[in-house]
Amino acid sequence: MLSYIARRLVIAIPTLILVSIFVFVLQKLLPGDPALVLAGEERDPEMLAFIREKYRLNDPIIMQYFYWMKAMLQGDLGISLRTRQPVLDLIGDKLPVTVQLAVMAMIIAFAIGIPAGILSAVKKGTAVDYIANFVALSGLSIPNFWLGIMLIMLVSVHLGWLPASGYVSPFEDPVKSFQTMIMPAFVLGTALAATLMRHTRSAMLGVLKADYVRTARAKGLLEHTVILKHAFRNALLPIVTLSALLFGELLAGAVLTEQIFTIPGFGKLIVDAVFTRDYAVVQGVVMCTAAGFILMNLVADVLYFLLNPRMRSSL
Amino acid sequence: MSKAIDLNAAPVLSVENLALRFKGAPANIIDGISFAVRPGETLCIVGESGCGKSVTALSLMGLLPRSVAQVMSGTAMFGDHDLLELSQRAMADLRGNTISMIFQEPMTSLNPSYRIGDQIAEVVLRHKSVTRAEARQRALQMLDRVKIPAASSRLDDYPHELSGGMRQRVMIAMALANDPAVLIADEPTTALDVTIQAQIIDLIEELQKETGTALVMITHDLGVVAEIADRVCVMYAGHMVEDGPVEAIFDDPQHPYTIGLMSSVPSVGPRSGRLAAIGGMVPAIDNMPSGCRFTPRCPFAQTNCAVSQPPLDELGPSHRAACHYAPLETVFPEAVFQEAGS
Repeated sequence: MLSYIARRLVIAIPTLILVSIFVFVLQKLLPGDPALVLAGEERDPEMLAFIREKYRLNDPIIMQYFYWMKAMLQGDLGISLRTRQPVLDLIGDKLPVTVQLAVMAMIIAFAIGIPAGILSAVKKGTAVDYIANFVALSGLSIPNFWLGIMLIMLVSVHLGWLPASGYVSPFEDPVKSFQTMIMPAFVLGTALAATLMRHTRSAMLGVLKADYVRTARAKGLLEHTVILKHAFRNALLPIVTLSALLFGELLAGAVLTEQIFTIPGFGKLIVDAVFTRDYAVVQGVVMCTAAGFILMNLVADVLYFLLNPRMRSSL
Repeated sequence: MSKAIDLNAAPVLSVENLALRFKGAPANIIDGISFAVRPGETLCIVGESGCGKSVTALSLMGLLPRSVAQVMSGTAMFGDHDLLELSQRAMADLRGNTISMIFQEPMTSLNPSYRIGDQIAEVVLRHKSVTRAEARQRALQMLDRVKIPAASSRLDDYPHELSGGMRQRVMIAMALANDPAVLIADEPTTALDVTIQAQIIDLIEELQKETGTALVMITHDLGVVAEIADRVCVMYAGHMVEDGPVEAIFDDPQHPYTIGLMSSVPSVGPRSGRLAAIGGMVPAIDNMPSGCRFTPRCPFAQTNCAVSQPPLDELGPSHRAACHYAPLETVFPEAVFQEAGS
């Protein structure tokens, strides 16, 4: 098991290097000169030359890449060109917000998507199935920003039940934190629930036809045992993979949703950084996102491994 | 057959005039199925693929959703219960307990996610008031009885760690764990290697003798029938065409389909001519003749065959055939009847 995880981690290294090259090159291809941004309004040629020298912007691109990599390996993601804060600190500030949002959204997605998927597979072709599919399709087609705005109008403006925006850390005030996050989490979660429901449904439909489900019934097991213990357990594998990827996507930041609810998360950080050509921040955030995605893939593989006895014994 | 069956004993399972129709189908998928099995008796249901053998078995087990296959007529008395009338819940209480089934596909019939010991113990826990430890003990005992070597070390194996033959043994262990009164085996050896087939058949026969379970064996393998059957029920296109003691079916088949079936069996010995086959194909469900369903392929067919459905007529001691012209040799004295196997 440990050797399996170690092997997967080793495989992750070239992926991360590839991502870093990609990020670096793309940044260099973008129009706009960071030295100009740094120099501000004055554009004093001497100042520009000094900045270029200081940040080694005159060195060959390959060398610039290696300087960046070397610093990154030492835990130095650079300093925000805009706010002068270390990028690592910025990420450290925003990441917990996004993680909290992602976790809450995933819980909502699971709570809705999986039972709905199981139910519509078991009741295939009945009214329950059609309603679940209709709701799922609506969930997929309604844009997050629209649902977000509608919720704010209804719940915050009209009913005054929840704050429309802002963020409170759960360590400061858990109740308030929950109140500020529940609406954006719901907006994100319902969209994911729709995807999850569709996948759960198709995985369950496949598994319900399996011979071992018939065996379970032939043993006289009650229907809920047949469905949850014998069928769902085997439908879990694709659901686990999908969930890990969805969670990875959530970590990359829900740009629109965070904007609408003015949540100071990853999505907002990266949008602000791109608009102000804050290269160091963009690079740091993208690297961090890529690492998060790879980590979630690893988690999916490990869960796969734990859930599938055939894989366990093949190692 | 050397089994001691009390021929006067009441049947444990008695099916009378069973007819099923799939939703929206123009004709019944099975019709007029009647048979009975006594404790310790082996009934083989024979027929080619698609003749309704498995559908019959699955409907008796309540494993065909009633929304899909509608019972058109008939009763299936199991003790005091009519299996066709029982509620889903009452049927589930019997399944795996007093009436069990094993299937054709041992490779896929066990749940890949659970240990085989747990899968056997599960059926014991479901129906008997025992502790987990006792159920596990029973699972071990059953693995031993189906002759899985080093049973105690196999208890925690997953299905993928076992061969097809071993998995079928596990299925048998599971089906017999609660000492059922009836075991239905739906082509249990079809998916296995020939050498393993014989072992599994021997095992089923041996366990049946030990437990006195009534066995309904569905097969298209006449070799299996000859080896284990006490009685045989021949099905064609959803109809029962003949039934009787195994000796009568093999030595004196009366329905043209059974005669054809018997002459399709290759035998060891000097070759004489081509292997016999029944010409033509089983008619599709939307194209069934209204009379005897074998008419289009029957070498003896007369005009009235396609029109009126022949009843199952008693021809000898508990030997019945559904043919207007049975026994054929009295109606067609000039016909040359092939000896079985030639």
